[in-house]
Amino acid sequence: MDLIKLKIDGKVVEVPTGTTIYKAAKELGIDIPVLCYMDLKNLNIENKPGGCRICSVEVEGRRNLAPSCSTDVAEGMNVKTNSVRVINARRTVMELILSDHPKDCLTCAKSGNCDLQSMAQKLGIREIPGQEYAEMSTYRLDTSPSIIRDMDKCIMCRRCETMCNDFQTVGALHAVNRGFEAVVAPAFEMNLEYSSCTYCGQCVAVCPTGALTEVDHTNKVIAALNNPNKTVVVQTAPAVRAALGEEFGLEPGTRVTGKMVTALKNLGFDYVFDTDFAADLTIMEEGTELLDRLSKHLNGDKDVKLPILTSCCPSWVNFFEYHFPEMKDIPSTARSPQQMFGSIAKTYFAEKIGIDRKEMVVVSIMPCLAKKYECQRDEFKVDGNPDVDISISTRELAHLIKQANMDLVGMEDSDFDKPMGESTGAGVIFGVTGGVIEAATRTAYELHTGKSLESVDFKQLRGMEGIRSASVDFDGLEIKIGIAHGLGNARKLLEDIKAGKSEYHAIEIMACPGGCIGGGGQPYHHGDASILTARTKAIFDEDEGKVLRKSHENPDIIKLYEEFLDKPMSEKAHHLLHTHYFNKKKKTFEV
Amino acid sequence: MAKIKSIEDLRKVAKEHRDSIELLVRENDPDGFVIVKVAMATCSIAAGAKEIFDLISEHIEKRGINAIVTKTGCMSYCYAEPTVEVTLPGKEPIVFGDVDVFKADEIIEKYIKNGEILEGIIPLNYRTAESI
Amino acid sequence: MVNKTQIRIALRNCGLINPERIEEYISEKGYMALGKVLTEMSQEEAVNIIIDSGLRGRGGAGFPTGIKWDYARKSVSDQKYVVCNADEGDPGAFMDRSILEGDPHSVLEAMAICGYCIGADKGLVYIRAEYPLAIERLNIAITQAREFGLLGDDIMGSGFSFDIEIRYGAGAFVCGEETALIHSMEGERGEPSLKPPFPAESGYLGKPTNVNNVETLANIPVIYLKGADWFSGIGTEKSKGTKVFALAGKVNNVGLIEVPMGTTLREVIYEIGGGIREGKKFKAVQTGGPSGGCLTEKHLDTPIDYDNLIANGSMMGSGGMIVMDEDNCMVSIAKFYLDFTVEESCGKCAPCRIGNKRLNELLGRICEGKGTEADLDRLRNLGEVIKDTSLCGLGQSSPNPVLSTLDNFYDEYISHVRDKKCPSGVCKDLMEYFIIEENCVGCTACARACPVGAITGERKEPHLINPEICIMCGACMEKCKFDAVILK
Repeated sequence: MDLIKLKIDGKVVEVPTGTTIYKAAKELGIDIPVLCYMDLKNLNIENKPGGCRICSVEVEGRRNLAPSCSTDVAEGMNVKTNSVRVINARRTVMELILSDHPKDCLTCAKSGNCDLQSMAQKLGIREIPGQEYAEMSTYRLDTSPSIIRDMDKCIMCRRCETMCNDFQTVGALHAVNRGFEAVVAPAFEMNLEYSSCTYCGQCVAVCPTGALTEVDHTNKVIAALNNPNKTVVVQTAPAVRAALGEEFGLEPGTRVTGKMVTALKNLGFDYVFDTDFAADLTIMEEGTELLDRLSKHLNGDKDVKLPILTSCCPSWVNFFEYHFPEMKDIPSTARSPQQMFGSIAKTYFAEKIGIDRKEMVVVSIMPCLAKKYECQRDEFKVDGNPDVDISISTRELAHLIKQANMDLVGMEDSDFDKPMGESTGAGVIFGVTGGVIEAATRTAYELHTGKSLESVDFKQLRGMEGIRSASVDFDGLEIKIGIAHGLGNARKLLEDIKAGKSEYHAIEIMACPGGCIGGGGQPYHHGDASILTARTKAIFDEDEGKVLRKSHENPDIIKLYEEFLDKPMSEKAHHLLHTHYFNKKKKTFEV
Repeated sequence: MAKIKSIEDLRKVAKEHRDSIELLVRENDPDGFVIVKVAMATCSIAAGAKEIFDLISEHIEKRGINAIVTKTGCMSYCYAEPTVEVTLPGKEPIVFGDVDVFKADEIIEKYIKNGEILEGIIPLNYRTAESI
Repeated sequence: MVNKTQIRIALRNCGLINPERIEEYISEKGYMALGKVLTEMSQEEAVNIIIDSGLRGRGGAGFPTGIKWDYARKSVSDQKYVVCNADEGDPGAFMDRSILEGDPHSVLEAMAICGYCIGADKGLVYIRAEYPLAIERLNIAITQAREFGLLGDDIMGSGFSFDIEIRYGAGAFVCGEETALIHSMEGERGEPSLKPPFPAESGYLGKPTNVNNVETLANIPVIYLKGADWFSGIGTEKSKGTKVFALAGKVNNVGLIEVPMGTTLREVIYEIGGGIREGKKFKAVQTGGPSGGCLTEKHLDTPIDYDNLIANGSMMGSGGMIVMDEDNCMVSIAKFYLDFTVEESCGKCAPCRIGNKRLNELLGRICEGKGTEADLDRLRNLGEVIKDTSLCGLGQSSPNPVLSTLDNFYDEYISHVRDKKCPSGVCKDLMEYFIIEENCVGCTACARACPVGAITGERKEPHLINPEICIMCGACMEKCKFDAVILK
């Protein structure tokens, strides 16, 4: 590749053609401030609309300043990133952005995690000239089951649009209106609830300000914990333990499973269980369903459709219900681990401890915002009582712990309670892309072949590429597996299926980059994709450290079937652990 | 219309059109056709050019005058819309500005019929591309 | 004396032919240039003629047209596009509309020539939907050109095929910016994107696209007929040919004019425009619309071309030219243009989205008498930063009306902020009720009507209004039968 030589702040640097000034400066250790820009490297997501103009630099011979995030270097360029002209422009533009931004930092959900706030600090903004009479743009607050849109705080960075449209191909968010009135909104300025939004929360994950935030349920949790008439049961999703530590200053990738359990017990939860248990249960049901459909298919049953698609990601479920309703028979009918947990907790476990389901509150800690919506779905309620009462995100849990003056970092480890705290490594890896299908493979292989696996690690299923395919030898039967993370990648696989071009037997789909570890409810990664890699490693480390790594070997799962469910796909299992899907497209347009 | 397939065809169309006009205008013939052009851009129409066009067309016919009345684009005299250009056979075109119903009548009766010079003539204020 | 300063090149057929009859265009050598290019020239030769002619884009920025064509020609692609930008949007500008309504074929012919030059077989006219008559005449022209075989397959037996479609804009000013225009044609939000990539590399549907303004295109056929030397013989060293202006405002002869580059403002205003109306004093001329600036008395003898206008803090723009006299308040004029840009900013980049709003607020305060001298410095700094940091041409030029009036009419700003007076008597909030001594008979009607007791004076003696107490209700003026109370 051709190299280009240029000078930045007096220092010479050589970079390949097509490098931006911003990246070239990075080579020299010069950190040009950027605001709207976002680069999630290993996911191939780059947002550079050149909108905020904070990254402007002076290029000798150029009439105006250049946005360094989106201007390519040229031979012999002489760039100044800190001239008086640049600094004045940068500060003035920042003052302009702040002049149209609410000043309620103290009570903003994003405070402390706000890129705009940090930028104001970095640039040393102490006052906003003319703020007394500067009109602010206003927009109605939009609350959905998962996400709140407060467009007064939108700075038009367009990161959410990049995630929603380019990465997820959901198309729920676009810029509307002009000039000072411009905001990002669903089509026809509908509320998010009536749009094509899947609540994946990736817009929230990348929003630099408090314009897009999760619906906060921490107060509901506190109320439940304070209610002496309620038995409060909590479940924690696998991806939470790999990220929660970040909220307390620990390095990304630090596992805090045991500390988290202690914290939850100290917070007053009556039973601290693990969603991993339900993940093992999911594998029993989904794996059995896979083998059932596979054998029928191999026996020539034309009514049986393959591939089978995983169904544990609620955002993905929302996606196909809205965008591919004609294919709603293809995904597995197995409920997600969150919902399987709730269902078993309020039947099997409630019976065990002798209480009515109405006296139990099931709280889930999830890396996800779509889970908030999922647990409110009517099909997961019995007489109006939901299987899972409250779903909070990893971030909300961190707030609860901080509010309770607890030091997570220094906490002792504790074990999950029994019986729904027992899990295998297969349940843990649900938290990363490829994990569900790997867990399913471990079980399905042994059930199908009757043989014991020598190695449970199916490395061919792992990785960060958006779409991966691999095949697994089931003792002479080649099982073709597809994996996609990100709904845009899922769309490609779905379109292949629709066109009859798909050769897969089974496909795993996760809506978020990297799987649940990159969920919309996780600690903010601030555009640093390496954090996702570190969390992935933490998940696989936990798996490796487990004695039991196959779902069907989980003793409490075996017991659950013996005592309660009979066998996978039994009538009772079907009733409690499976679901059906709806055509949401029609519903949306009726609104 | 047969398609134009060469530059020759193009020249032929141009010539046929000019000839057809010349046939009517007949420069030295007192009965030759008068050419009346009414500027009919959006702004001219807003100023009333459509009414003037209809009126002139109607009266030219009624009064039995040999004339071709056509619409044309903006003559660029915004300050004097509506504008009408009249070319008497063998004479230079003359542009009248601020043409209203009365003025139109006057143009027909006095200038077109008798060649009488009227008030409200806009002097030609440009050179054509052809002329330089 | 008949003034012949004007030369009509772009407007050559306007007002001359019937735009709805292709034969009339053909009889004025219409489509001869296309025939000549198709039968006698290689693509490169044809492009070189435009390069040699020195023609620059008439849409505003003045980029050399031939160079633009050459970029598009050199881009390698199976599909290219020619786009005619007819999204004319400057307030008071209607050059493009007049050309499309008066001579649509010249634009179609030029597009076909451009198509041949760059290797495109498809042309698109992006025209604002608010131009129904232009659209109607364009449609008629396209239909007739197809009937005559001047658009379509194998034009004049050359093997070259070209056809044209019309696309409608929804009236966003920023869609005149070529990248925004292309996004709009693609069905995307009409907002600009960063160049490079230039449309010549990646434009409509990602294919090489050449975008030219209507007036630019209208010049093309003549250049081929009369030669590059002929064209470059008109105008100044760096600005060749003529420019059409929509001359408006306080001159006697408002209208569309076409003058050679290098004509002075004095010639335009006094000779062609017939001087200032009602014998008033000339104050300024605004060129370039919302992107331009105001030029004053001292610029009257400056030859008008792209570079001189920029050097003097204005710009050519698409050709709006508004003349102002002593009754125009320059602060209000600047605010008028800012109102427009605030309305028309797409909102993509922060300096334009918020900065123009703030500029406008500051101007509003100054007009209301709430401004301070520090505000003038803020106006300047904000204006310069907006120019320096905005994404597209709209924001990069929107502060021009403010900056140029600050440069040329600083005193007027000072009067507003220091003395709280509007010298032209335009800013209502800065005016006071005042009693003309000579007219006042001392009837006391005004004093009795005044709700706050601001008027004093003995019976049969001239009265006086105390501006400190006056609440500007206007009751005194209403009551006075002797025209003694005035607002100034």
